[in-house]
Amino acid sequence: MKKLTKPVYVTAGYNTVSLGSGRKEFHPKKPRPGLEHYIKEAGQGALAQVNDPANVDEGVISNFMAARFNRQGNLAALMPMIDRKLEYKPLIRVEGACGSGGLGLVTATKAVLSGMADSVLAVGVEVQNSVKAVYGADILAGAGHFATQRKEGHAYFFPAKFSDRSCATQAEFGAEKTRKGMARWYERAILNARQCPKAQEYHNSIDDLYAAGMSPCNANAFCGHINVYDCSKVSDGASAVVFASEDGLAKLGVDKKDAVELVGYGQVVADISKDPEDQTKLTTSARAVANAMEMAGVTSKDIGMLEVHDCFTIGGMLSLEAAGFCGYGESPDFVIDGKTAPDGEVPTNLSGGLIGYGHYTGGTGVRQAADIAMQFTGKPDGQKIEIDSSKPYGLMISMGGNDRTVVSCVFRKAQ
Amino acid sequence: MDLDTRLENVAVLGAAGKMGSGIALLLAQEMAREKLKAGNKDRTYVLHLIDINQESLTGLLGYLRVQLTKAAEKSIVSLREVYADRDDLIENYDVIAAFVEDSLSVVRPSTTLDSIGGSKLVFEAIIENLPIKLDVLKKVDSICGPDAYYLTNTSSIPIHVIDEGVGLKGRIIGYHFYNPPAVQKLLELISTKSTEPEVVAMGGELAKRLRKKVFPANDIAGFIGNGHFMRDILHATAEVKRLMADEGMTEPEAIYVMNKVSQDLLVRPMGIFQLIDYVGVDVCRFIMHVMTEHIEGERLEDEILNKMAKAGVLGGQFASGAQKDGILKYDGGRPAGVYDLSKGGYALFADGDWVALLDEKLGAPPAGIAPWRALLMDAGKSSKLKTYFDALAATDTMGAGLAREYLVRSQEIGAKLVADGVADSADVVNGVLTNGFYHLYGPINEYAELMTDKVGGK
Repeated sequence: MKKLTKPVYVTAGYNTVSLGSGRKEFHPKKPRPGLEHYIKEAGQGALAQVNDPANVDEGVISNFMAARFNRQGNLAALMPMIDRKLEYKPLIRVEGACGSGGLGLVTATKAVLSGMADSVLAVGVEVQNSVKAVYGADILAGAGHFATQRKEGHAYFFPAKFSDRSCATQAEFGAEKTRKGMARWYERAILNARQCPKAQEYHNSIDDLYAAGMSPCNANAFCGHINVYDCSKVSDGASAVVFASEDGLAKLGVDKKDAVELVGYGQVVADISKDPEDQTKLTTSARAVANAMEMAGVTSKDIGMLEVHDCFTIGGMLSLEAAGFCGYGESPDFVIDGKTAPDGEVPTNLSGGLIGYGHYTGGTGVRQAADIAMQFTGKPDGQKIEIDSSKPYGLMISMGGNDRTVVSCVFRKAQ
Repeated sequence: MDLDTRLENVAVLGAAGKMGSGIALLLAQEMAREKLKAGNKDRTYVLHLIDINQESLTGLLGYLRVQLTKAAEKSIVSLREVYADRDDLIENYDVIAAFVEDSLSVVRPSTTLDSIGGSKLVFEAIIENLPIKLDVLKKVDSICGPDAYYLTNTSSIPIHVIDEGVGLKGRIIGYHFYNPPAVQKLLELISTKSTEPEVVAMGGELAKRLRKKVFPANDIAGFIGNGHFMRDILHATAEVKRLMADEGMTEPEAIYVMNKVSQDLLVRPMGIFQLIDYVGVDVCRFIMHVMTEHIEGERLEDEILNKMAKAGVLGGQFASGAQKDGILKYDGGRPAGVYDLSKGGYALFADGDWVALLDEKLGAPPAGIAPWRALLMDAGKSSKLKTYFDALAATDTMGAGLAREYLVRSQEIGAKLVADGVADSADVVNGVLTNGFYHLYGPINEYAELMTDKVGGK
């Protein structure tokens, strides 16, 4: 396992509101902000926390499918709209489906480690409400293998993929317990989102969240083993953070108390044309987390804050097992017992995760890093917790496709 | 001849109208699904859409394209299975576009009857005017021959009157869709003593395929839905007159009050005057006229509706489905004023404090009141309604008094529909009102019982 050759810091986190159904200001038939707005808001929100944008050396923008959602390619060239001082600098776009954000973090890290840049602005963005959900499902299905999977695939391609995982998990470990775990995951996601004014579910007013989460599944209209509450929603939004070396932080005028340190990462990719080896496991995620933890020299017992990719409740639960927070098949009880709650064993997805905060697909990985950085530096958008001093690390998992492209990062407060 | 065969060649008369276009939309989808079945590749499917208005027919095609797209989007899960053998249709987008084209490919719009000779299923949705209906249907019968079946969407005219007037000898059934036909689940199915059993069976089978909920009504003018609605109107307008005489209210004030009571305090989706506008003032008057003509000993007519119609205040809807101004004025689909006949214009809710004063006069709503929309999908709505109506029974305000009177009258109307043989049971009456009018409870209910000893002493 390679080790980081020098410290890499993350600072200046900023998230836009995650806009979509559920937000009071959202109206599907009224004009809404576009890609440019979100890229500028997030980028400017981050750069406002450094002394001069001119001191940022490079930029990376993460995005999944703007070419289809917004008919826009060449996204790196949208970054100078954030600040004219970014013009003529090395800017790059990365894509790895819903794991695009994670790839942006890795790309920025490598630029800093290589010595070619002392600081990198990382932005992640997606604007998906430009099409109805039924067509959005087509676009998002691009995270699977079009040639071999789309024709046979379900109308709602990815919900069905995770419905299959839910089905297999229920068969293996019991339908009732798994279902209850998924419903509790939903409930917890919304309770956390209600603490975060920028979250898509901030305005959620459902009385009995658990009962909603237990709603029956309808295979005729949707999927057989997940319901709509098990799914993250369609979201527009962007996030940004700044990566920097020690010198970079100094040049940007950022105090270390306002930064976290990236102490390990794992980035692994599996063959998109192959089905998961085991529907009840996120095997690629498990490898990414293992690599990140090994590089950081930590175990799951050291993690005091967790950000997982719960595009679906079942995915969130299987992530807990993949990362070793509980044993195989134990995630429903882990969730039901409140161990992922803000005061639980491993506070998870404190701003709501993908289900509660929202899931602007290509930007979510950056949002996760921003949330960890802001929480560890005492400036979260939502609820603030005391990180257990015996567990001083934060872990995130950014996943693209059906556990195909995965990035995991481990952070701690900058020393 | 079975239904599958009849569905190969269908005609809709009055296809560009409000109801006709919705029926055309339903049929185009159903016929396309038939066409796409594996065993039907060699069959030809034709849906004749007949209307006298060329311009409206052009608009109809645009309407169908938009609505077929929406319908295909909603049923994408099953449509992907329908097109499973088409390797060229991969994404939802491809499948939806193909279904819209397949549906439109069966459609043949025309302003003349010349081409419909092969039609074995004829839907009639032309103007509610008996002589015109009889005239058109006679021509169609002479073209389509003695084995064609007829489904009339009349909402008021007794079916036997049309049957006998045309000489169809039982080949016709009342097939009363609710507006909009593509959305509303309710279908009133009206047979007469002479309707052929095969026509009744075919109508039931087709309703099942169109995913409609059938409620049988007997052949008495107005049937169940309008039988209740028209008498409900007459109660409201009688109350308007009484409020003017006893309480010194102006007509717009009394209309505002009764619209508010019938919506908010009865927890209905819209107030009675808004519903009149939705259906159309003239349409309501016509239905009352037909009912008066065919129901012995009952005169259904209303002075307010007559005056409004004379002043050109008609309501109804634009082609887009948006509500036209009528007795009430609308802003973004919501009532914003009442037509004042004495001034020839609308008294706006936002002008002055007259609405606030009336609300004060009506009194605070009973505890537990909730808007219709909030309760619609609420699994616990029955107990919430019971709690609310208990409170309504015990509330001593003008508004609560008017609501109690309204509930009791609505129950009387429902019970009379059963007593007169229009509906076979209270369940059928309640089914029509809950499914066709989206009421949360039927008119024949336990709540009205709570009120019966508390009415009459306003």
